[in-house]
Amino acid sequence: MLGRSANGIFWLFRYLERAENISRLIEAGFRMALTRSASDATDEWRSLIVTLGLRQAFEARHGTEYTGPHVFNFILRDKDNPGSILAITEGARTNARMVRGGITREVWESVNDGWMQLRDALARPVTETRLGAVLDLVRRQSTQVRGAMEGTMLRNEIYNFARMGSFIERADNTARILDVKYYVLLPSVSYVGSSLDNVQWENVLRSVAGERAYRWLNAGRMDPRGIAEFLILDERFPRSLAFCYSKLRSNLASLAREYGNEMHSHEILRDADCQFHTATIEGIFEQGLHEFIGKFIRANTALALQIQRDYRFTE
Amino acid sequence: MKKILPASYDEMLDADGSVRSAYAGYCQWHDEQPADLLRRKGSEAEAFFRRTGITFNVYGNEDAEERLIPFDMVPRIITAQQWRKLSRGIEQRVRALNAFLHDLYHRQEIVRSGRLPARLLKNNVAFLPEMVGFTPPGGVYTHIVGIDLVRTGEDDFMVLEDNARTPSGVSYMLENRETMMAMFPELFTRVRVREVSDYPRRLARSLAACAPPACDRKKPLVAVLTPGIYNSAYFEHAFLADQMGAELVEGSDLRVENGRIAMRTTRGYEPIDVLYRRVDDEYLDPLTFNPNSVLGVTGIMDVYRAGGITIANAPGTGIADDKAIYSFMPEIVEFYTGEKPILQNVPTWRCSEPEALKYVLDNLSELVVKEVHGSGGYGMLIGPTSSKRELVAFEAKLRARPENYIAQPTLALSTVPILTKAGLAPRHVDLRPFVLVSPNGIDITPGGLTRVALKKGSLVVNSSQGGGTKDSWVLDD
Repeated sequence: MLGRSANGIFWLFRYLERAENISRLIEAGFRMALTRSASDATDEWRSLIVTLGLRQAFEARHGTEYTGPHVFNFILRDKDNPGSILAITEGARTNARMVRGGITREVWESVNDGWMQLRDALARPVTETRLGAVLDLVRRQSTQVRGAMEGTMLRNEIYNFARMGSFIERADNTARILDVKYYVLLPSVSYVGSSLDNVQWENVLRSVAGERAYRWLNAGRMDPRGIAEFLILDERFPRSLAFCYSKLRSNLASLAREYGNEMHSHEILRDADCQFHTATIEGIFEQGLHEFIGKFIRANTALALQIQRDYRFTE
Repeated sequence: MKKILPASYDEMLDADGSVRSAYAGYCQWHDEQPADLLRRKGSEAEAFFRRTGITFNVYGNEDAEERLIPFDMVPRIITAQQWRKLSRGIEQRVRALNAFLHDLYHRQEIVRSGRLPARLLKNNVAFLPEMVGFTPPGGVYTHIVGIDLVRTGEDDFMVLEDNARTPSGVSYMLENRETMMAMFPELFTRVRVREVSDYPRRLARSLAACAPPACDRKKPLVAVLTPGIYNSAYFEHAFLADQMGAELVEGSDLRVENGRIAMRTTRGYEPIDVLYRRVDDEYLDPLTFNPNSVLGVTGIMDVYRAGGITIANAPGTGIADDKAIYSFMPEIVEFYTGEKPILQNVPTWRCSEPEALKYVLDNLSELVVKEVHGSGGYGMLIGPTSSKRELVAFEAKLRARPENYIAQPTLALSTVPILTKAGLAPRHVDLRPFVLVSPNGIDITPGGLTRVALKKGSLVVNSSQGGGTKDSWVLDD
């Protein structure tokens, strides 16, 4: 297949994954804001903007007025925000058009249909009343495309590039959420356990759609080590770093089988994936959670670049 | 004051209002359908087109970046007998076009014999000196041709234009049929219509038959070159590549390697044998043509001339569909085939000739005037529907650069009904059959693309100016 098509399919799935994760972040933030005092709600909305790396752009537009509607409209649809969900979804669709011949009609139609619906829904400012429905739409598109892909696409190179896009992006997003909230999870010496922390921890889980799974596995006990371990090392949870990397490894391996040779990215991935099998959460906390995550994000970016280079995504 | 157009030939109804034989089967079915069914199906079809992404882009109109070409559900029907005559005429014309192109780029016998003035080639940007003395692989210049036909009477089909560069619209021909078959399957069991769906397969076969000398594969590798997703016909490029099982490439995917044009794949560079390019000559090679082009491939013309790749259609074919050349087509057909042309030209005044110019200026309000190098219905004047002021403005343009224009009578294009809110209503149509040329012969898909002016009385069928399309049927014997 063309390198440019591999790039297109890779980014199509990165964008879809990103839109889905951002929508979840907004939802978690919205929930927090609803249960907090006005000033704490502002903090929550600000932290959302910071997580997405949008502080400068947002303040250029709205100053320091971190109200809910300002924040979620900025993230969802503002023209000054090149990473808005609307722009990302458009980017996904543009890539899908570019690789139209490489994806099935079902996949194309779910991308196109989702984009048309979202474009209409975001044609005017979103109110708090409408927010839930809009976020739902974003997640539904992602789910539909994934379903269409699972059900109709050949398991070949195209499929592998699509999956690698999804998991690189997902690992990045989970890591970034952890990075912004890591201080919430840092058990301090004077830790006594307040209800506020409990809510914050739950919020971290909610941002990655993990609160139910975690509760189910841990019989309702909330503790920061457990949550960090769950999000980083638990291979059963589909948004954990370990899960994303075990998938990446199998997709890259199947690409190597199809092409008959391994590339530099295989080496990098082998090392990166290994750490999840040997690491313990105690070790990670000893090393420093923040440092660990920072290192992971940089390595993940480097891996994505290596894949793009190895498979000639661009000239 | 607006003049009344001459009465048009209606393809469905004769002068007494009875249904012509071609439409007998269809009309019987049509009358049995509940009144609102067809209209409901119409909106179904539109939703279907939007979802599947069958859209085209209109240049210079940002809001309507992607628009649908309106599709009308009443088919345009041609009998087997009419089609036999038409296809003979089309084949003759296409044969002549290829022989003409070969001659123009070699000995120019037609100029030597005095049948074609040499000045038409001089300073004509469509004539490429780079092609002189070169014969494309298989001797084929126009691998794909679209002949625009108009009809003015029972047996009167005329050629309005030959599209010998990169004719578009074939995807609409295919999707229109798919849509009709999906919406009204039972209609196709009652009326036998000739198949069009194997066009992509025939196109792939036809292109593969023109592999260049350097090709060392049993099955030549064919790729479609598109300017990219913002091109108005991108849907068609992607569609054809997909249907042919060919790669859809852009200029940035390609480079010269070991005397071949190679595409960048995830496994390395792979040589292409046949490039079905949907990029104009001008942008094909920045080294030879427009140096600012990013749509083409640097050095492709050298590779082409050395036999490393086949370019379809060949560069320089535009000279054959130049509007100034068009008026000589009857002579051209006779010169190369030794036969009288089966299909007539529309009578044409060449404004470069003083007498013709005088006639055109005297009768401007009754004529259609076109730019010699224009296309897509832009920059033309339709006398009878133009205002006094428009006529005066155009007269000035004509006087300033007469050689830039040709004029034709305002034809009473035939009509076929479309479905309107008030029921069936006649609208003017044209027909673009698609023709494939390879060393193995000339292959014409039965029917083609019918374009229809949706506004009452309008003669402009171009999709860029609000025209629509219809499914075009050639009846089986």
